[in-house]
Amino acid sequence: MTTKKSETKSSGKFERPDGRKVNELRPIWAKVGVVPNADGSAIYASGDTIAIAAVYGPKQMHPQHSQNPEKGTLRCTYLMNSFSVNERIKPGPNRRSMEISKITEWALEPVLMLKDFPSQVIDVHINIIQADAGTRCAGINAASMALAHAGVPMKSLVTSVSAGKLDKTLVIDLDKEEEDFEEGEGPTDIPLSFTGDGKITHMQLDGKISPAQLKEAVEMARESAKEIHKIQVKALKDSVEGDKK
Amino acid sequence: MTHDERKIAIPGEVIIKGKEFLPGEGTTKQGEEIIAQRFGLIEESERIVKVIPLSGVYIPRRGNVVIGKVEMITFNGWVINIGASDNGFLSLMEVPRFVNKDALDEVMDIGDIVIAKIWNINKRGIDLSLKLKGLGRVDEGLIVKINSNKVPRVIGKEGSMINLIKDNTNCNITVGQNGFVLIEGQNVDDELLAKKAIQFIEEKSYIHGLTEEVERFFKENGGKK
Amino acid sequence: MITPKINGDVIKKYLNEGKRFDGRGFDEFREIIIEPNVSKKAEGSARVKIGKTEVIVGIKMDIGTPYPDSMDKGNLITSAEILPMSSDRIELGKPGFESIEIGRITDRVLRESGFIDFKGLCIKEGEKVWNLYVDIYSINDDGNLLDAAGIGAVAALKWARMPKYDEETGKADYHEHRDELPLDENVPISLTFHKVGDHFIIDPNREEEDFSETRITLGSKKGIISSIQKGESHQVSVEDFGKVLDRMEVVWKEVLKSIEKQIEKNKK
Repeated sequence: MTTKKSETKSSGKFERPDGRKVNELRPIWAKVGVVPNADGSAIYASGDTIAIAAVYGPKQMHPQHSQNPEKGTLRCTYLMNSFSVNERIKPGPNRRSMEISKITEWALEPVLMLKDFPSQVIDVHINIIQADAGTRCAGINAASMALAHAGVPMKSLVTSVSAGKLDKTLVIDLDKEEEDFEEGEGPTDIPLSFTGDGKITHMQLDGKISPAQLKEAVEMARESAKEIHKIQVKALKDSVEGDKK
Repeated sequence: MTHDERKIAIPGEVIIKGKEFLPGEGTTKQGEEIIAQRFGLIEESERIVKVIPLSGVYIPRRGNVVIGKVEMITFNGWVINIGASDNGFLSLMEVPRFVNKDALDEVMDIGDIVIAKIWNINKRGIDLSLKLKGLGRVDEGLIVKINSNKVPRVIGKEGSMINLIKDNTNCNITVGQNGFVLIEGQNVDDELLAKKAIQFIEEKSYIHGLTEEVERFFKENGGKK
Repeated sequence: MITPKINGDVIKKYLNEGKRFDGRGFDEFREIIIEPNVSKKAEGSARVKIGKTEVIVGIKMDIGTPYPDSMDKGNLITSAEILPMSSDRIELGKPGFESIEIGRITDRVLRESGFIDFKGLCIKEGEKVWNLYVDIYSINDDGNLLDAAGIGAVAALKWARMPKYDEETGKADYHEHRDELPLDENVPISLTFHKVGDHFIIDPNREEEDFSETRITLGSKKGIISSIQKGESHQVSVEDFGKVLDRMEVVWKEVLKSIEKQIEKNKK
């Protein structure tokens, strides 16, 4: 099995495997209020990656000795379904899912006002139903909508997107095929999360990139995040309009 | 802003700009901008801009009558789950009858439902009291849970909606501000009709002319009026 | 919050009048909706909604070795996870007993009914067989996750397409999916009867399930019972059990009709 390679034409113009422009996002679909029992919930899909998030809280934290009397706790669990990928993942948490759970907490916490909820906890549960790269970004986007839907006080939403580099070209929103890109300098994957006013709350990087290109990639990501933010806002507003019918 | 024009606020969005506006609940002011800090409906009155929550957990307030469940019995009172982020505490001093310190469970046991009033909220917690008519342990009836943010719609202006339900079902209905509603009727069918009506109102809480919709609901479902 | 006891008293009183809160009969299921294609990466998948209860099931396959006592048969591995998102009552941590029981009961329904032709999953006797994984996840718990899991597993298996076996690498090739699984044309159903007060009901919602004192799950295919699990601790009289069996024969026909219709509708 070989990865379909994208070509850098002789004219120097780079073509992505699915034909997208370099700063073009995959088609996005988002809906709020998908888990009736939860205080807030949302589903976020980017291309073939689908994430559901459900929020419970703020509520009493158990066990009592875990309570923080100075501020509330944000607890995130991220889990990929066994059948979300080609090679089955054994059910249950693993190191990767635990790391991403923590990353998600760090990405969301800056917009929450946890000092207003001492000794309490907000639980965010993320489940990846179908994975085609960008799962942690999809999870954070779904979680952000679910938190707002749950009425949790927030300074703004959090929007997550991956920037990247394929050989020498900067791109936005890598899919799985691009993550496996083999030509030239290979792939560089940079998942980022932003607050509503463009501050970075989460950043990771895998690959090879110069500081100059990295700055450019972050700028591209910030612009794309604005587009995604509009979709998150619409999903939240539609959830109210929907009841009006 | 009229009811028709009420808009939805998203955390981080600027609601309105102007020196004269003041930040109310669910908002903050930065410079001249009032910025939303919650998802909800925007409401402005007398220059104070608020965001009314549409969803989310119950936020307890002093004076609220709530319906809760006894979770634990301590040496001097009962810990009561009122569906808020914090439990309420009912001290045996706040019960309008003599309570034997060794027999708290005879007055109220774990699992019992109780109607109580929040008389104080401070850093330590939420203090409950039964010292008012209509408060106390509930032995019979049907409990319905709705989102606490929809309670005002179920009660209606000066109780108009809740009276409409009572008249159409011959039931006695106690609405806890925390979203728990107690229905006591002559028979189960009447209680279920009241339950259905309350859930109908919860679902349709945004529409205009809700009263007419509810009247129609009762006409179609065997209301007694 | 667990449903208050006074509600339980009303539920039981109403059952004595022959009625349920949502107007259903004792043997009536809520609306069952089964949808395919939950995940493109699964060999097969299904989303089942029974009222507000929602469960997703995915089928994955890979190459393994047979067990010593069944050298010419493939392997079935069933697991279930009640996700913390599905209700406010779930404690974080290891899968609880409920998750384990749903997995095992569903496994029994699939295995004992003869629904799967395990010999058809053999590639090379004694050496290479297909591993068939059925993984169940709950999304929203409004009662009766057990039966939802069973329905989802059967639908997902019916819709599944096997990957290709790559002779060179000895592994599964997920780029090609062609054949259906070797399954019996008759599907097994799991039906759980719950004792609430003095009566047995089927498909309880969460409120009713909170007052279920004991339950009996029957796995059957074409009227023949092949697996039973009695759960929780109350006792059941032999006469009552006989009545449950009589009712089961009627109920499974109705449920089967609904399931088969939806499975056929979505067959590629």
